[in-house]
Amino acid sequence: MTTAVVDTLTMLDRKLRHLRRAPGELLGVTLTPVTMVVVVGYLLNKAITMPGNANYLDFMMAGAGAQVGLGCFGTSAISVADDLRNGLVDRFRSLPVHRIPVLLAQTLSDLALTGVGMALAGAVGWLLGWRIHTGLLPALAGFALLLALTFLLSWFGVLAGLVVHSMSAVNSLSGLVLVVGSFLSSAFVPLSSLPGWLRPVAEWSPISTVVTATRQLWGNPVANTGDSLAITHPAAAALATIAFLIIAVVPLSARLYRTASEKSR
Amino acid sequence: MDTIIETHGLRKRFPGHEALRGIDLQVPAGTVFGLLGHNGAGKTTTVRILATLLRADGGQARVAGHDVASDPLSARRHIGLAGQYAAVDGQLTGRENLVLLGRLTRLSPRDARARAVELLAQFDLTAAADRLAGMYSGGMRRRLDLACCLVHRPSVLFLDEPSAGLDPASRQLLWAEIRAQVDAGTTVLLTTQYLEEADQLADRIAVLAAGEVVAEGTPDQLKRDVGGEWLEVSLATPADLPYAWSVLAPLRPKDRDAAEGRLSVPLSDGMSTVAAAAVALRDAGLEIADFAIRRPSLDDVYFSLTGPTSQGAQL
Repeated sequence: MTTAVVDTLTMLDRKLRHLRRAPGELLGVTLTPVTMVVVVGYLLNKAITMPGNANYLDFMMAGAGAQVGLGCFGTSAISVADDLRNGLVDRFRSLPVHRIPVLLAQTLSDLALTGVGMALAGAVGWLLGWRIHTGLLPALAGFALLLALTFLLSWFGVLAGLVVHSMSAVNSLSGLVLVVGSFLSSAFVPLSSLPGWLRPVAEWSPISTVVTATRQLWGNPVANTGDSLAITHPAAAALATIAFLIIAVVPLSARLYRTASEKSR
Repeated sequence: MDTIIETHGLRKRFPGHEALRGIDLQVPAGTVFGLLGHNGAGKTTTVRILATLLRADGGQARVAGHDVASDPLSARRHIGLAGQYAAVDGQLTGRENLVLLGRLTRLSPRDARARAVELLAQFDLTAAADRLAGMYSGGMRRRLDLACCLVHRPSVLFLDEPSAGLDPASRQLLWAEIRAQVDAGTTVLLTTQYLEEADQLADRIAVLAAGEVVAEGTPDQLKRDVGGEWLEVSLATPADLPYAWSVLAPLRPKDRDAAEGRLSVPLSDGMSTVAAAAVALRDAGLEIADFAIRRPSLDDVYFSLTGPTSQGAQL
């Protein structure tokens, strides 16, 4: 057990050195959400009418946080595919190191990246007038939920990198996930504005439940209608779906980590 | 001598083709074993199974006393692997790469740093230690790669086409380093397409073709098995060649090269053929520039074993 902890910290140190040397990754996960905050939340603010005359900037900030997390799908998918391609996965696998620490380090470093990205997006939002209307603890709880979502998305990125291999395919997939994840959820629009048949998917998406719960924690407008559990108890629904998906995706990734490297020749 | 790498009937099938059709190998500890073959012969597959990266479909493989299928973690403590391309982290410095592997192979932070300094010096990378490995030249990356797989002092080293893409000077350095490792007691299993490399480095060679070992032995044995030795006679005056040919006719000379004034006589009768040829040439009063016994090169061995189709594939 202690060797697994040492391995994880060692690999995490490697990923954090990468992050320090490639600030582009931070730009990659921060640029789209910050642009959304500035363009949609600020410039188009008056053009968007929210139910109950709620302020759109206040509504969308939790969604922008989730979008930073969505960007981590791409960063982890790309870095896993890159390690596979350049033979580092083979090297790690030829050492007496377990599989999970290698992958866990990737997702943990994504959390660090996301933390900085959310702070940046939050600072921009704050400058433009967004406010948290509750206290310190609910504010932190909101960020913690967003980080839990990021952790899940990053594991899905690991899985995608292991399945897809090809760098260009991974890039396209990451772009697709960012757009679909952002807009097939309540991140930037109230669920009621989505086509009816998509409603259940969007409602139960952990992105929607996390964003809704975060809005409640921050005292920002929620703008949800409906009586499904995902809407009435978003925090519980979010934690349950995230836990369920993590339990599914981690062992699957660990398994694929072996076979992906076998197939890379 | 102890056998440190051992395989019995190793088989591996990939969708669409059978990569290994029953490989038996025994590698004595402290020697260099060469796997020689062209692309697709099964060299890399064999190495990947031995390095615990790939599971065989049939047969057994033991490395340093551990079964690679049932106890890969124990086997990994004893092996170092350098793949076909330099697997170094380009976003870390040379030193950081080595410290990382030291930590992953259970060295304490202090020992990992000390080992890194030692290996950087050994591989002539001290001056570049704190530059990103991504900025290294191809030869430097290869050296760092080899240093990386030596961090935990493995007793068995797998080198998959170690000199692919290296310039001649870097190749000489690499060979010297491999010999130094063997002198220190390491067992090396290397794959190569370069016959010269196998001849230079390997104590024993297995020639692989289409997933099977088609020949095995010392380089000398292989050369002897594949074709007999021959006597090569070069005349001081090339114009004397027809006369020399007629003088040696009873010994059935085979090839002649009129421009160089050179002919060959197969040593069908061993040393008596040499003696008979020497006497015949002296009695005829011919002036000889060179008189030597030649043996087939490993190229001859390789092509005669793997057949003309594989020879075509090489070109």
